[in-house]
Amino acid sequence: MSEHARKTLTFITRKAPYGQHGAKASLDMVLSAAVFDQQVHYIFMSEGVLQLRRGQQPGAIDAKDLSAAFSALPLYDVDSIHVEAEALQARGMSAQDLVIPVKVASAADIATLIHHSDAVFNL
Amino acid sequence: MKFTIVVQAAPAASQSAWSAYQFTRSALAAGHEIYRVFFYGDGVHNTNSLSVPPQDEFDLVSAWTALLGEHGIDAISCVSSALKRGVLDAGEADRYERGCANLSPAVTLSGLGQLVDATLVSDRVITFGA
Repeated sequence: MSEHARKTLTFITRKAPYGQHGAKASLDMVLSAAVFDQQVHYIFMSEGVLQLRRGQQPGAIDAKDLSAAFSALPLYDVDSIHVEAEALQARGMSAQDLVIPVKVASAADIATLIHHSDAVFNL
Repeated sequence: MKFTIVVQAAPAASQSAWSAYQFTRSALAAGHEIYRVFFYGDGVHNTNSLSVPPQDEFDLVSAWTALLGEHGIDAISCVSSALKRGVLDAGEADRYERGCANLSPAVTLSGLGQLVDATLVSDRVITFGA
């Protein structure tokens, strides 16, 4: 892909980790974009913040644990990981409840990231 | 302008897949280029040629196949989404020993890399969500 300029791709994930397809779909897109050596922003909003919650036991509903995969993000050089502050607060959570280190972002911070992106994928 | 279209919804589930088709058709009619159509998640149901809608309803799968074929548009169904939902080409049907292949003839199975590639070369990526 070296013939194309590097782009900034932002992935916004808004779905809870289990019961629907969005969370895994976002993660797969993020990893693919990272493999192509693009600048990636990964933003967790609304229900999406639950994807990062510690102590998930999805085996009880015969689902595969998604949260373990997030620890692989640094291996893909995905380090721009943002979590919507309001979404955390609304669910009684803080950054300490999450499986990986993230940047807690205000709505204005997120708007700035989107503004500086070449493409935004919203799942 | 050069567009890539991402389709995430199934024809029978929501208006979204219809909007994606209509947008693609309109963009072509207006003289734009469609670089690629990428079917992801439940969107792969748009490429299941075994679907049989009632006779008095619009056949979206056939319409996609005709539109993509007529304009020679590169169309991809995400292979992992497709296998999971029973949309197979002849090679996958053979490999997994399933009874038949049902992927639309206008579409190819491939990976998410094709979506990233399309994003890099397109002026706009338009997503029609689930």
